[in-house]
Amino acid sequence: MVIRRPPDIPSSEITPEGVYVNRRKFIAAAAIGAAGAALAPRALRAFEDDVDQEVPARFRNMRSELDERLNSYRDVTTYNNFYEFGTDKDDPAKNSGDFNPRPWTVTVGGHCNRPGEYALEDILRPHTMEDRVYRLRCVEAWSMVIPWYGFPLADLIRRLEPTSNANFVMFRTVVRPQEMPGQRARVLDWPYIEGLRMDEAMHPLTLMATGVYGMDLPNQNGAPLRLIVPWKYGFKGIKSIDHIDFVEEMPDNTWKVSNSREYGFYANVNPNVDHPRWSQARERRLPSLFRNHETLMFNGYGEQVAHLYSGMDLTRWY
Amino acid sequence: MNQKRAVLLLKVVLWLGALAPAGFLLLGMFVYPDWVGANPIERLTHVTGMTTLILLMLTLTVTPLRRVSGWNPVIRLRRPLGLFAFFYALCHFSIWFVFDMVFNVTWMLEDIAERPFITVGFAAFVILIPLALTSTKGWIRRLGRRWTTLHRGVYVAATLGVVHFYWFVKADTRLPLVFIAILAVLFGARLQAARQRRSGRRNKEPEAATAASGSR
Repeated sequence: MVIRRPPDIPSSEITPEGVYVNRRKFIAAAAIGAAGAALAPRALRAFEDDVDQEVPARFRNMRSELDERLNSYRDVTTYNNFYEFGTDKDDPAKNSGDFNPRPWTVTVGGHCNRPGEYALEDILRPHTMEDRVYRLRCVEAWSMVIPWYGFPLADLIRRLEPTSNANFVMFRTVVRPQEMPGQRARVLDWPYIEGLRMDEAMHPLTLMATGVYGMDLPNQNGAPLRLIVPWKYGFKGIKSIDHIDFVEEMPDNTWKVSNSREYGFYANVNPNVDHPRWSQARERRLPSLFRNHETLMFNGYGEQVAHLYSGMDLTRWY
Repeated sequence: MNQKRAVLLLKVVLWLGALAPAGFLLLGMFVYPDWVGANPIERLTHVTGMTTLILLMLTLTVTPLRRVSGWNPVIRLRRPLGLFAFFYALCHFSIWFVFDMVFNVTWMLEDIAERPFITVGFAAFVILIPLALTSTKGWIRRLGRRWTTLHRGVYVAATLGVVHFYWFVKADTRLPLVFIAILAVLFGARLQAARQRRSGRRNKEPEAATAASGSR
């Protein structure tokens, strides 16, 4: 596997870690005094100090294209939905210790010229890995800015040579109730299924992620292979993928099957189409406490993807 | 004396237990961020909502418990339980209004009007307000019989609260169903007691008639 990494930053450029890590505490203490610092909600300050010692240096000043700060490695890896490990946001981190993502096989089937069982290494080998900073907008109206690590799904699809009957790509999450305690109850219809229309799957923004913050995905974030579609709600980003099928018909994705009034196939981020139970016009950009961040059409990726949906009624195809 | 001590002990347990969730959240916000996680407001909202429901269920348990155990002093736990339930409902609502609605009354009213899950939750909260306000001895005296009628509103509030929870969860309805089952048991106990009272009255009437004729 070829891994292209940006050149290392000369050590002279790097602020000593201790100073960097503590800079906010230092500034806060200077500005509002020790008493004020003691009263400030730690829950907030902890996330403001979101430079994790363990992440590679290149992430320290990284921003999204809209100049947004990254969420901490800690936030990204301790707060997410992955019902296979439980329904609370901290369940995936707590309950995924027994999950074993290696060795891993991906079964490719359906309308393509290269079906078969692929070892993960064979899936990844030809691709050049890169960092991609994307906003992740959960359908529950919170969001994070996350530096994924992976390669365009389009590159993989080209290798698999779908035929003209392949209108959609369908993905499946592995089923391992022994290692995934959430699968022991039928909270959702396992296996988790997601899908993309072929043009969505081939879009250069669509990413097969193998890592986050330049490191292998932790189990709770969908190791070893997951999907990232930044203009769609987070539940489209299916995790721990072990099946890829090229199909003619629109797949029945798990959340749509679970509640089709609330979740559709397309699941494009859209501030104008509310979830029946809450407005999608605003989101809580973690670590902020307030849900006052305006949600952008297609999560801010409209320029790149709006043409995929021209002429479609997005109120109907939510 | 012994009874007094037992009630006092129960009240201490009640206060400690009822304040524990608030203490947990405050410590999480100000001292141990790990306790509330990356989205503290969500944690605050969930814990205060859950605590409200648990306290409402406990409040509704007091009367049947008194009947089953025959131990009357237990009734003295009912008011503090109910008031703590209201306290957490108030926190729950305030957190939502401040951090989710960002003090915007228009957004709040829109949400209440358009989203049944919010509508029922808000209705439950509103119903609890007069109950909390009239929980003092003075109001009990002033309202007399009407006090009992008014405070039957707690049944409605508890039901709406559980419906609010059921509609809130995305797919995992197991816990809301537990609350529905508890409510069913508590309502069942009341229906049975009402039936017994009715048949008790029927049985007593002939006795009373006999007694009356005997005295003649």
